[in-house]
Amino acid sequence: MSFFNSLDETLSAQFSDTGITLELAPFIVRVYTDIPSVLAGLQLYYSEYPVLGLSAFADFHVSLRRPRSLCRWFRPQVSFEFDGTVPFKPLPYEQAYPMFEWGLNWCIANHSHRFLMIHAAVVERDGCAAILAAPPGSGKSTLCAALVSRGWRLLSDELALIDLATLQITPIPRPIGLKNDSIEIIRHFNSSAVIGPVVHDTRKGTVTHMKAPTDSILRFRETACPAWVIFPRYERNAAVRLLPYSKARTAVRLAENSFNYTLLGEIGFDALIGIVDQAECYEFTYSKLGDAISIFADLKAPPLC
Amino acid sequence: MLDPVKAPAVAALTRTEALIAYSLGEWDSVIRQCRAAKVLAKLAVRLEDCGLLDRIPEAPRRHLTAAHLVASRQDQAVNTEVEQIQKALAKTQVPIILLKGAAYAMAALPTARGRTFGDIDILVLRERLADVEAALMLHGWVTTHHDAYDQRYYRRWMHEIPPMRHMRRGTVIDVHHAITPDTSRIRADSQKMLTAAVPLPGHGKLFVLAPEDMVLHSATHLFLEGELDSGLRDLADIDSLITHFSTADDSFWSRLMERAIEVGLTRPLFYALRYTEKILGTRIPPWVQATAIAGSPARPLLSLMDALFLRALQPKHSTAADRFTGLARWMLYVRGHWLRMPFFLLIYHLARKAFAVGQSEQSPDSKRIH
Repeated sequence: MSFFNSLDETLSAQFSDTGITLELAPFIVRVYTDIPSVLAGLQLYYSEYPVLGLSAFADFHVSLRRPRSLCRWFRPQVSFEFDGTVPFKPLPYEQAYPMFEWGLNWCIANHSHRFLMIHAAVVERDGCAAILAAPPGSGKSTLCAALVSRGWRLLSDELALIDLATLQITPIPRPIGLKNDSIEIIRHFNSSAVIGPVVHDTRKGTVTHMKAPTDSILRFRETACPAWVIFPRYERNAAVRLLPYSKARTAVRLAENSFNYTLLGEIGFDALIGIVDQAECYEFTYSKLGDAISIFADLKAPPLC
Repeated sequence: MLDPVKAPAVAALTRTEALIAYSLGEWDSVIRQCRAAKVLAKLAVRLEDCGLLDRIPEAPRRHLTAAHLVASRQDQAVNTEVEQIQKALAKTQVPIILLKGAAYAMAALPTARGRTFGDIDILVLRERLADVEAALMLHGWVTTHHDAYDQRYYRRWMHEIPPMRHMRRGTVIDVHHAITPDTSRIRADSQKMLTAAVPLPGHGKLFVLAPEDMVLHSATHLFLEGELDSGLRDLADIDSLITHFSTADDSFWSRLMERAIEVGLTRPLFYALRYTEKILGTRIPPWVQATAIAGSPARPLLSLMDALFLRALQPKHSTAADRFTGLARWMLYVRGHWLRMPFFLLIYHLARKAFAVGQSEQSPDSKRIH
């Protein structure tokens, strides 16, 4: 096992040529790229992950390259490939790094059916996990970034990976996506947060990523028990509110936010019901991150966790 | 030249028991190639049948199991979709002949196990085509090709109308009215094949092609059309069909050989028997191969076809390609068009496709996640 702390020339050549295999547990990803912004991003966000040799089995082979079209001379683009197939149209070249993150999310969400996968941020404290499920724009990632800045462990910013048999949540502590106003908010909230270069004019506006805390990365093999399902909503000037939410509605909303609930059929249903059964379910409205932190600090773990 | 037997995906399908000794590095190529060739779920089924799936290392096994799950769901979805099609066409009273994947699934053939597919293909009487199209539109299917040229191209030169997509479910149906295009240089007697179709018990107006015709259609589709992106999967279909039918019925081989002559498909059958045996090691009696030679092209052309097909029937993956693979695929694409339309039209059509910009359709298969 080795770590890449400094990106020397040999390593860059390897990235472009044979690819570099990263153990982003629970997935092993081989990345091929010669794009400087992607290499810099990987170095910034992923240097604490194990690097494996070329004989390792990789779950996903992904590459980011400039497509060989005439376009490249006047409007440079970047193309994401999943092992030779191109699931998305190319994006402007400046968006190469975010495209790596988005593309990898796509790979995971489309292939990892040993988990029930729910579009949610997940944070953990004392072995108990809070699933923050919400549609884009509801402040889910901002809240997640704030919580991990105040001692919660990051399990994931995008995907709750729920084991179908044990219901335990497997961490995948990759960088947290921040967009628009939340970038400055998090900079103020946590001055020691490692935030990468900002990319403008993407489909989601201005975006960047915050590095996962080292402690969260080093503990990537420690699963956690789903203790709370919380639907957060940022509302300007609203008083902070944590209200119990119906378990039936929670189940429906989680199913709607799942990537493979229908595909899994009965086992997916059982896992979903299992989660909702054992976890406390809430709706959470907030306008100030400080209030949110103190409410979350007072959460009581349910008996099953 | 690539040795087809050495491609990891082909080795995995043909010598499945050897897989338990594979290293993780070897598994990496097997999974990648099988996924590219759309046979990952098929491999999972084979391993399960030999009771070996549990002995495969966890990392590759997860991918096999996931692919198998997706394939089983598709199998269920086909049932539902076929029911919808049947409902939509009930008033027309038209007999519906299911083709390819949908036929294998609904007839519960072993070929369907672990087979993934996208579209549902049906064959209907040509004189009832307009009624069928109208009924489908009435029930929510709309055409996928809005370009006037594409519409004309399909309707004038093809044996099917442009694919139709259901507005709500997003499912796609290909409606055929013949086995081969009218202008094709190799023309099947579609009428004979239609007449011989057999009803699916308990399914009203639903039919599938007779066993011999099912093999001939599968061969025709693979060896006359020019796109072999799922070539290995389609070859595995033929392998599975002929193995299944010939095991169940001793007279299958002789009926197959006679039928090929009767409907004019000796050429695609020759290729099918040649390449299933060469690549997948399908057991074919020597007398069958000897008879099939009647459908072979002349020697020099056969050498060329070997060079092309033995490359293009590999998984479409960088690790299963040599420097001529791209050229081989392109030549087969052009050949596919050459076989189905007059020369002047071919030139016009290919030029049009080459210069058409920004008309490619994105597949709506995935939820976007960011």
